[in-house]
Amino acid sequence: MMIDPLSVFILLLGAATPILFAALGELVVERAGVLNLGVEGMMITGALAGFAAAHASDSPALGFVAAAIAGMAVSMTFAALTQFLLSNQVATGLALTLFGLGLTALFGKPYEGVKAPAIMPGPLGLNWMIWLGMALVPLIWWFLTRTRPGLILRAVGENHDAAHALGYPVRLVRILAIGFGGALAGMGGAYISIATVLQWTEGMTAGAGWIALAIVVFAQWNPWGVLAGAWLFGGVTVLQLRLQAAGVAVPVQLLSMAPYLATIIVLVLISARQKFGRSGAGAAPASLGRPFYALK
Amino acid sequence: MFRLEPRASAPLLWQVVTPLLAVLATIIVGGALFAAMGFDPVASIRTIFWDPLFGPAAGYSRPQLLVKAGPLILIASGLALGFRAGIWNIGAEGQYIIGAISGAAVALAAYPLEAHWIFPAMILAGAAGGWAWGMIPAMLRNWFGASEILVSLMLVYVAQRIAAWMAFGPMKNPEGFNFPGSRNLQQYESASNPELIANSGLHWGGVAAVLALAATWFIMSRHILGFHIRTAGAAPRAARFAGVRPERLVALCLGVSGALAGLAGLFEVAGPGGQITESFGSGYGFTAIIVAFLGRLHPLGILLAGLLLALTYIGGELAQMMLNLPAATVQVFQGMLLFFLLGFDILTRYRIRRRA
Repeated sequence: MMIDPLSVFILLLGAATPILFAALGELVVERAGVLNLGVEGMMITGALAGFAAAHASDSPALGFVAAAIAGMAVSMTFAALTQFLLSNQVATGLALTLFGLGLTALFGKPYEGVKAPAIMPGPLGLNWMIWLGMALVPLIWWFLTRTRPGLILRAVGENHDAAHALGYPVRLVRILAIGFGGALAGMGGAYISIATVLQWTEGMTAGAGWIALAIVVFAQWNPWGVLAGAWLFGGVTVLQLRLQAAGVAVPVQLLSMAPYLATIIVLVLISARQKFGRSGAGAAPASLGRPFYALK
Repeated sequence: MFRLEPRASAPLLWQVVTPLLAVLATIIVGGALFAAMGFDPVASIRTIFWDPLFGPAAGYSRPQLLVKAGPLILIASGLALGFRAGIWNIGAEGQYIIGAISGAAVALAAYPLEAHWIFPAMILAGAAGGWAWGMIPAMLRNWFGASEILVSLMLVYVAQRIAAWMAFGPMKNPEGFNFPGSRNLQQYESASNPELIANSGLHWGGVAAVLALAATWFIMSRHILGFHIRTAGAAPRAARFAGVRPERLVALCLGVSGALAGLAGLFEVAGPGGQITESFGSGYGFTAIIVAFLGRLHPLGILLAGLLLALTYIGGELAQMMLNLPAATVQVFQGMLLFFLLGFDILTRYRIRRRA
């Protein structure tokens, strides 16, 4: 069995991209103190909207724009419920996932068996979305750690009462973050339908959104960690597919568990490090998942 | 403008009214959706919510109500325990699948022997399988602090692949003309879970669901454990001072809800489902989350919510047959219902006051 390392790395980058987009978006949302478990729902919405737009316009680029808009649009349902109606974030995120899966199953029927336009290759034979995903890592790191709006976003995530007392618009910051997360999740989902699978099938994100959520924990809320996590996940996926293609004597169904098992393993390793480690670094944002409302 | 004032306790009236409001809103918005899709909204809603019970074909569809409600209620009653304590088992779907596989394994190992011990042994195996699958996220949370939400969910995908592997590999019916899928347990008398009363739709799963509701009602409102669960959910720090050990609650809630989900899977595979197939998991584990919330995590509420969501399944199938409505409509309905429920819930937790 020959595995050419370079071609594997290129495949790895492609497999990592949907997770990279979705996890970077969720990272910003969680740094603002909001836990949105609806990543899977936003990704599948983006996967369908992006595919439909790319098919109708014959332009993959327009597809990704449409996916970002669709992801953002459904994330606003979550924003309205959690920020204005103060609903439980865990339950609302779950609802978003169930709703997204249902909605796309309903409206996706006409797109089954339809082809998408081919995505344009960029420099080094990698498409532009792969480049964009990798470029977002330093950009988001720079935004969060080196700019004033980034500082405000982190303040809102660490202690929303203090941020509110200082006069920062907690709710607005969180709504913007949720929208950004929705847009990136939508684009990540569209990458699966437009660039990886090249068609639309019901429930095609197959847990990618949940893996992205785990990668954010693995990354300890740091964009560079997200990149590492996404590559690790991409590597496991590619390796698993290679082993399948090479006809290893392990049933296909068991090999395809690898990404999910790998996610559990890294989640356990990183949680154990946080639990037994001495430093407080890499902890979750202090206000994560807590609802905020101002008495005045 | 308005402002929100937190309530000290949730009034019973609003606790009862908000789920009803959510159902009403879902019907109205769902009707609008049907109209936008070019279907007659009134006929569609009637087909989903009225015809399965009182329509011309009700004789066929009414027993289906208990067939679908049984697993939903069984799973939801377990989930409600954990949700009360802030322990989020969202992988019931996986525990349901593993329970079914474990139970079916006992039957397939015993085949073709006919004996009275087989069905009880399957029940034990099903519960044990679901329990074990639920204990994985529990132990990983207790030992390493890993999120039970993400681990339990990842295990759903793993369980689905195990089911596929079983259907194509170890459990494939040797007399099945090489089609994937196990032997059909409905045709194996000692292992089958038949209808107990003809045309009622009631099988042992329904009986277990009622028992589970009674047991969880007792635990939640009459036993110290229920007090611990409620305290841990409402005020985790205070609960520690009151002597609650969070690790034990995590193991208990995930274990019990896993065992109940496993039982639901076992009763399904031995009854209406009949065999382990690649697509054995049909979403009951996720819909049960909605049932638990819609029922306000209360046994009586869960009973009613389970029946209502069972109705949407049957109504959805009927609407698919009669009106050509897409099958996914039910999923959209269920998702919308949960959204509305969470939205209206603000009325139970806050008082809305005019700003002075």
